[in-house]
Amino acid sequence: MRLLNIKPDRAWTVALAALPFFALIVAYMVGSGIRLAENPNDKLLPSFTAMAEAVKHYALEADPRSGLYLMWNDTLSSLSLLLTALAISTFIALVVGILIGLLPIAGATFGPVVAVASMVPPLALLPILFIIMGLGDGAKISLIVIGTTLKLVRDMALRVKDIPAELLIKAQTLGASTWQIALRVVLPQMLPRLIDSVRLEIGPAWLFLIAAEAIAADSGLGYRIFLVRRYLAMDVIIPYVIWITVLAFLMDLALRLLQRKAFPWFAGARTA
Amino acid sequence: MTAIVFDKVWKEYGDHVVLERINLEIAPRSFVALVGPSGCGKTTFLRMLLGEEAATRGTILVDGKPLKVEPDADRGVVFQRYSVFPHLTVLQNVMIGREFETSRFLGKLFGAKRKQAEDEARTLLDAVGLNDHENKYPAALSGGMQQRLALAQALNRKPKILLLDEPFGALDPGIRADIHVLIRKIWNENDLTVVMVTHDLSEAFRLGTRVIAFERPRNRPEELERYGATLGSEAPGEIARPSGPQPGASITRDFEVWPKKIAAPVGGAASVPDTPSVAKAAE
Ligand SMILES: Nc1ncnc2c1ncn2[C@@H]1O[C@H](COP(=O)(O)OP(=O)(O)OP(=O)(O)O)[C@@H](O)[C@H]1O
Ligand SMILES: [Mg+2]
Repeated sequence: MRLLNIKPDRAWTVALAALPFFALIVAYMVGSGIRLAENPNDKLLPSFTAMAEAVKHYALEADPRSGLYLMWNDTLSSLSLLLTALAISTFIALVVGILIGLLPIAGATFGPVVAVASMVPPLALLPILFIIMGLGDGAKISLIVIGTTLKLVRDMALRVKDIPAELLIKAQTLGASTWQIALRVVLPQMLPRLIDSVRLEIGPAWLFLIAAEAIAADSGLGYRIFLVRRYLAMDVIIPYVIWITVLAFLMDLALRLLQRKAFPWFAGARTA
Repeated sequence: MTAIVFDKVWKEYGDHVVLERINLEIAPRSFVALVGPSGCGKTTFLRMLLGEEAATRGTILVDGKPLKVEPDADRGVVFQRYSVFPHLTVLQNVMIGREFETSRFLGKLFGAKRKQAEDEARTLLDAVGLNDHENKYPAALSGGMQQRLALAQALNRKPKILLLDEPFGALDPGIRADIHVLIRKIWNENDLTVVMVTHDLSEAFRLGTRVIAFERPRNRPEELERYGATLGSEAPGEIARPSGPQPGASITRDFEVWPKKIAAPVGGAASVPDTPSVAKAAE
């Protein structure tokens, strides 16, 4: 049988998916074991017990100075910034993207400026944002919004243009106005596609958040990682990185489920 | 009662002449079948009639008035593909025309009005044999069912002209035969002028009151791009080509027209005029 025709069954699919994770963990344990055997005070590859200790300290014990559970406090702080920013950019992308994609006048006016602006590296704007907006949350949210919105807008505009012309003509032959077409034909077809685009922007959004927190913050997951870096506290950094990854993965999963539940027609239409 | 007149209509895309000097009068309540080789401009012709594309030269009149420049509810259409909205159920797809008509701002009906629109839509679904599928999404329908849905959807706004672009091209012969019965019934029962593009000559002759062929002269391959398809029966050398982007090019007129009359619509109103007008010869 040809290799490309061999499909793993359910059990095998799970086993195969688990394999690389398992291999990573084993490789880490071996490496960490070797280094710790040489030098029990080695900080670079802490043991899992040391990491569990650190997590317990950060997540389950209140910080004696502030009385806060630091890991939860950091998570809350980071997530609120991230979700606020993503909500803003998603909304802008939906409105502006549909305008640019659907209306030739809007496309001619805003298409080029969006295309050029989306080439500006957002991180290069960070100092400007800090200068203008100060070191507070505003600058961080702005950075994420700037970093993700323009790509989302372009993506939306392209996907609006991908709607078969036949459908827009058809709507017109049913007497629809531009507004009605936007509301009842374009918008509902864009929402599930917007979810796809936002899923791809979760990674960049975290990147911008952590970069901003690293420079100016007093809480947040990125802030904490860069703070404890001074003490080479790998036992904190590694669990934090894993935690951020889990959060990003859960956001992605939630969006995927939302797409499936809220837009039951989409899976069929996508393959058609 | 909708008459359509094409008066010396040309369609060019840049240097590429697609349709050349189309003269045509379509009598009210005709069923015109349009045939011709691939790429000769049948779809382009329909798109002009639809108001999606403007004629480069010449005028198109509907009931004596210039054609509206953008698609509207007077002209219904069924395309070969992408004719129904994938995000709406079968019932919603049929209903949406009424919603566009009566709810200017939201495009959506509620309460008693919605109920009424749903009942109307169900009557149409009944007519096209889709009443058992009203809650399915189009992706769950077969090709033939999707095209029947598209027909019901187009008919909901009671268009005066129905334009069909190879609507049954993708269907197998058995299903086609069913749809032929349906489309004849629709044409007989509604005050409709139908223009249908098809690749299938037997379909054209079976359904049409008039069959029109578009063809592009093929004598000199290197000039294929330059000549549009022509419709009519003019003799060669009669008209001078307007100075176009290719000076010196002449027209190789090699056109055929079959203004063939076929059976009058069965069960149609007695008053239906059904004399197919012969394609007008150019002056
Ligand atoms: N927007 C456009 N820009 C440039 N050329 C076009 C455009 N639309 C159509 N054409 C050209 O016009 C010619 C006729 O196209 P059209 O789609 O009308 O053919 P058709 O008769 O419908 O063919 P088929 O039977 O394959 O559907 C083709 O040569 C095509 O390349
Ligand atoms: Mg075509």
